Amino acid sequence: MSTGTTVTFSNPVVKWIDSRLPIFSMLDHEYNKYPMPRNVNYLWAFGAIAGVMLITMIATGLVLAMQYAANTHIAFDSVERIMRDVNYGWLLRYLHANGASFFFIAVFIHVFRGLYYGSYKAPREILWMLGVVIMLLMMATAFMGYVLPWGQMSFWGATVITNLFSAFPIVGDPIVTWLWGGFSVDNPTLNRFFALHFLLPFVILAVVILHTAALHVCGSNNPLGIDIKGPQDSVPFNPYVTLKDGFAVVVFFIFYMGFVFYAPNYLGHPDNYIPANPLVTPAHIVPEWYFLPFYAILRAVPDKLGGVLAMFGAIAVLFVLPWLDTSKVRSCKFRPIYRQFFWILVIDCLVLGYAGAMPAEGSWLLIARIGTIYYFFHFLVLLPVLGKLEPVPQLPASIAEAVLKKEKA
Amino acid sequence: MAETTHPSGAGAHGAPGGGEGTSRRDFLYLATGAVGAVGVAAAVWPFIDSMNPAADTLALASIDVDLKAIAPGQSITVTWRGKPVFIRHRTAAEIEQAKKDDAASDLREVQTDASRVQKPEWLVLIGICTHLGCVPLGQKPTDPRGEFGGWFCPCHGSHYDTSGRIRKGPAPLNLPVPPYAFTGDAAIRLG
Repeated sequence: MSTGTTVTFSNPVVKWIDSRLPIFSMLDHEYNKYPMPRNVNYLWAFGAIAGVMLITMIATGLVLAMQYAANTHIAFDSVERIMRDVNYGWLLRYLHANGASFFFIAVFIHVFRGLYYGSYKAPREILWMLGVVIMLLMMATAFMGYVLPWGQMSFWGATVITNLFSAFPIVGDPIVTWLWGGFSVDNPTLNRFFALHFLLPFVILAVVILHTAALHVCGSNNPLGIDIKGPQDSVPFNPYVTLKDGFAVVVFFIFYMGFVFYAPNYLGHPDNYIPANPLVTPAHIVPEWYFLPFYAILRAVPDKLGGVLAMFGAIAVLFVLPWLDTSKVRSCKFRPIYRQFFWILVIDCLVLGYAGAMPAEGSWLLIARIGTIYYFFHFLVLLPVLGKLEPVPQLPASIAEAVLKKEKA
Repeated sequence: MAETTHPSGAGAHGAPGGGEGTSRRDFLYLATGAVGAVGVAAAVWPFIDSMNPAADTLALASIDVDLKAIAPGQSITVTWRGKPVFIRHRTAAEIEQAKKDDAASDLREVQTDASRVQKPEWLVLIGICTHLGCVPLGQKPTDPRGEFGGWFCPCHGSHYDTSGRIRKGPAPLNLPVPPYAFTGDAAIRLG
């Protein structure tokens, strides 16, 4: 471990560049010698996986944008042309459409890993909040991307989601008209959604760079949730973590490619192969799976404005999570009571997701309501109270000590 | 305020009329800030307003509809400003029901049927659910019409009565009546 020492490069060209623009020193410091806790598990690879997915989405999206036409008369047909006529167009589109789902899978696992091991606690609050910003931007980007093929689900998804803003008193309707650029979702809407869908991934990339910069100030958390206390607690990023992340990316891509090649439409909705029709609403409007828990929360509240506020509130509580959790212990490993509530929250989110896909009536509505109440109960009541009540355990003296003891046992 | 640590500050102070220079810099600072803020606001507005409906979108404002072919009990849907407009030729029973429902206790946005029509047999509505913008069912004879015999929104279960008023479900408002005028016995102009 030699953080802080200056590097001398043997290659004279690298040396020449580095003394003028220290990009090689930076890379060496942040991605070669950068100390990682020696005990991180494979859940820590999902940050890297999410990063690879972002690059995949930008690369496939760029070439798809060269073929796509953002005009309501030809948008649907231009997507079919990509599928039939463009060289490898089918592959690029399926990589992009399924890539969105797998990007969300990676990010959701990444988020729940942070929740389980308390990665949002001091000194990582800003790191966590930047992550929530990234997730919000991803949601906006994915929503607008789903509108582009201009099928029935695209059109009605766009109509329902933009109408959420009409719930706000007085300013609501002018805002919706402004978002649409007209009096309904139409060509101006499609055009601006395409422009924003192209822009936002680069905004995400910028926030990811800030997210990584904030991470590299305090370093990665680890399954024990205790800080690195000396060189014996850490390993250099390269080759240990580069290889581990690389291996995880490869395994993740096997699942991703499984969907791309064998079930490319499994995560989509057949109604989106019907061209958009402003006069006919499909019987069941269902958003993409990654929005379902939030959609369930929206529908669980019997009041329009209340539902919208609850849905945005479900994300807003994550922003203030570092201050809601009063426990000083980071990792669930040492919080046996909270650990059980963590898994109940995971189940609650899955149940909300399932209820979001079902018609909002009868017992599914009741289940969505209970799930919504529990979601907010977990963050607003349970976390602040439990942190005060749960006994503070004896934490290991160091990562190395805990790891070596485990190896001996 | 202008006694800054800026290197040129010392020189300015030392120069003849240094005190004057300081107050002049204060003035420039405030004036630049104020004009800059107004300028930014003025510059931002065209960007925001460019996203509002354009002139060609606004120009599609009015259309004529001939109602002669619509028999009592039938409905048609026309597109006006990109939105579906429901025109129903109501039967005597539907009109009577709508008038009776003026006194219903579950009206969320209280309006009389008389205030929502120009001629009782012709009900003209914007066919967009006031909840989240789906098109309610009830235009075709085979469609479900909800518990109150008007329209039913399949998305989140809002029920509208024979006057297009919200009676049950998450929608907050009645189906709105667009601006229209009769241009003949059985012809209207929307918009």
